Amino acid sequence: MSVILILIIASIVVACVFLGAFFWAVKSGQYDDTYSPSVRMLFEDKKPGKPSKGPKNDQ
Amino acid sequence: MSEIASPEIGAKTQCHHCGDSCKSGVITVEEKDFCCHGCKTVYEILSEHQLDGYYELEKSPGLSRKGDDHTQYDFLENETIRKGLLEFASAQYEKVTFTIPAIHCSSCIWLLENLERLHEGVIDAKVDFTNKKASVHYQPELLSLRQLAELLHRIGYAPQISLDEDQGPRQKKSYDHKLITKIGIAGFCFGNVMLLSFPDYLGLTGIEQTYQNFFRYLNALLAVPVVFYAGADYFVSAFKGLRQRYANIDVPIALGVSVLFLRSTYEVFAGIGPGYFDSLVGLIFFLLIGKWFQNKTYGSLSFDRDYKSYFPLAILKEVEGSMKPTPVAELHKGDEVAIRNNEIIPADAILTDEEASIDYSFITGESEPVIQKRGDYIYAGGRLNGAMKHMVVQKEVSQSYLTRLWNDEAFQKEEQGTSMVDRLSKYFTIVIISIAVLSAIIWQFVNPDKTWLVFTAVLIVACPCALALVTPFTTGNIMRVFGRNKFYLKNAAAVEKFSEIDTLVFDKTGTITRTDNRSLEFVGDDLSSAEQRLVQSAVAGSTHPLSRLVYEHIDETDAMIEPDLFHEVAGKGIEAVVFGTALRLGSASFVGSQQKQDPTESRVYVKIGEQQRGYYRIQSAYREGIEDCVHALSGEYKLAVLSGDNASEELALRSFFPLGALMAFEQNPEDKLQMIRKMQRDGRSVVMLGDGLNDAGALKQSDIGIAVTDDIGTFSPASDAILEAGELSRLDDLLRLGKSSKRVIRASFVLSFLYNFVGISLAVAGVFTPLMAAILMPLSSVSIVIFTTISVRFLAKKFKL
Repeated sequence: MSVILILIIASIVVACVFLGAFFWAVKSGQYDDTYSPSVRMLFEDKKPGKPSKGPKNDQ
Repeated sequence: MSEIASPEIGAKTQCHHCGDSCKSGVITVEEKDFCCHGCKTVYEILSEHQLDGYYELEKSPGLSRKGDDHTQYDFLENETIRKGLLEFASAQYEKVTFTIPAIHCSSCIWLLENLERLHEGVIDAKVDFTNKKASVHYQPELLSLRQLAELLHRIGYAPQISLDEDQGPRQKKSYDHKLITKIGIAGFCFGNVMLLSFPDYLGLTGIEQTYQNFFRYLNALLAVPVVFYAGADYFVSAFKGLRQRYANIDVPIALGVSVLFLRSTYEVFAGIGPGYFDSLVGLIFFLLIGKWFQNKTYGSLSFDRDYKSYFPLAILKEVEGSMKPTPVAELHKGDEVAIRNNEIIPADAILTDEEASIDYSFITGESEPVIQKRGDYIYAGGRLNGAMKHMVVQKEVSQSYLTRLWNDEAFQKEEQGTSMVDRLSKYFTIVIISIAVLSAIIWQFVNPDKTWLVFTAVLIVACPCALALVTPFTTGNIMRVFGRNKFYLKNAAAVEKFSEIDTLVFDKTGTITRTDNRSLEFVGDDLSSAEQRLVQSAVAGSTHPLSRLVYEHIDETDAMIEPDLFHEVAGKGIEAVVFGTALRLGSASFVGSQQKQDPTESRVYVKIGEQQRGYYRIQSAYREGIEDCVHALSGEYKLAVLSGDNASEELALRSFFPLGALMAFEQNPEDKLQMIRKMQRDGRSVVMLGDGLNDAGALKQSDIGIAVTDDIGTFSPASDAILEAGELSRLDDLLRLGKSSKRVIRASFVLSFLYNFVGISLAVAGVFTPLMAAILMPLSSVSIVIFTTISVRFLAKKFKL
């Protein structure tokens, strides 16, 4: 019987972790510009003629 | 100009860079067509650096480079300004974020993020598309801030630099973050509360008591952050409204929310019932989504520019014998400044050079430049034509003529809560409270136990959540349709005003006519290249505006020939002998032509030797489609024209304006404002369409001020809306859609009152249950959203927008 109580508390705790992740995403500016990342990922990776400085910040 | 093909072909050709049709001739390079040299140059720069990919991502991604202004960026070398702009600065590395209004498509992102291929000094660039910004990291040793700005300008992405802007967006950002966080919390709690309320919905709780109480307590706990954090704004707004003795729509909302929370908490902790936590949390969630939608449609356009944004940021000022760029705000009386060609004079000043040609079209609307002599007083806002001139500042920027005009009370006008919702909410609150009290009194006699239940139930169910969503969603949807048609509304309240409009007032220069003002063509026997050169040499010495136009029209690059004899008769024309050939240029009578002067256009007749060769026809170029637009509008609205220009074009305008249209000429900004005021006193609702600063007062005074602009994102005075000039011909459809918005709002009100009526009836009858609340309240909100969205779409389709 009490297993349901534990499950519910656990599920809320897990949900809270995701809520925290959401706060972090908002704070780090991931909702500021929702258009350019979607376009940017389609561009060719790195441009010729310039030494590559490692992958760009597009993850 | 050997690249120019014939204009007939041009009419059908689209520019490879900007997609405009090439009306005034095509320039062809590498089998690609361009409408102007600006576009061609951008293409050449890009292809030289293997950045052709710009043209592959989207078709004709560039913006037209015609009528490009020659912005100077030397002020970026001023330390104060530089420091104000840079986000990070060290010897090897600097970072700056520019606002670039031209960013509009994926090609823009691609090009700007590949900026390092254009210049080795750029390390990295990143575009924020939503806010039209680009952050650039660069090495100051290789590339100065000024060079960076010039580089961007050259490829068509001129940064818009303003110093006070810095604080604005950051505040907006933190506000956006806060709202999204609130929606996140409300959504999270909404989901969980709904889940935990299911046993109550299904009537399962009777079986297992332990769970019931646990679930209910948990619900109460989850509701706390929603009410006190996510919904806090409604309490604050309601409180502010009440303190001003004004019941805004947030008052009944705050009332409903607090009653919901208190009663639910009481029920749960007293063990009476499940409470209404699910409805409460859902309500706040929906309201916040409405708010977010509203913010989103207001978009990234910044409208409210004051006079400062019209002025250059810095001006060349004499400091210890040399000219140094100095921020405009640091100008004082007595400073000697140098103004360059096309620069705007930032403060009232006295000319110290011999003569200067000042274009006041910006403030007075008069399109012909004024010749000022040494010692003349020059007002701020004039634009200098021609070589650099020196002047001495007479007043600080903040005290000049323009600034005073800007401070006219029309600009101070506070936006009052005149929207329908605000007017209704006053009565709404009173009616709701009376119903609640009345039913409580009645139940006191019928069944005293139920008095409090009924009283609170009425307040809960009457909470005007749906009502609060009507306006943001209707106006939001309409603004989106407008935005698709390049008509950008700043003021959401303006949507509701469209239905009252009965008068349209047009400014002439820049609104009805194009800003690149005049078209000039030669009528008569074509002049040979050598003859054109003679004419050009003859007019070179004249400062008359028409002479200047002819001079600019003739595209000869060879050096001028100094006329052997030059004589200008004021108001008539020029008599000159160039290279042994006698020339006469000017009015028909002066040249001795038999032709009659046409009042709708200016003509410069040309006589070479003894031969009449014809004339240059100079016409204000009307915007395309303006005649159809005026015809379409004349049935429904009273039309008027207010112009700062002289009356020379009245006849031409009358030819397509309806009979009896009011036309007033030589109106200064103050006159225009007063004229609008007078119309409003006569009980009319006025839309003003204007462009420059000279219309700013009238735009602000009118019920809806629409700024007509060729380039959204650059110059536009404070106004309720911005319309891209190309869409002016669609104005009738746009206004019709605006007008019908009121019907949508009314219908939505009826719908939401219907829900309220059902709910209140149930509440008064004393049979309102939490389950009903859980169904009725979200249902009303969602159906309002769907109804407004669909009906606006339907209307837009009907008007083909």
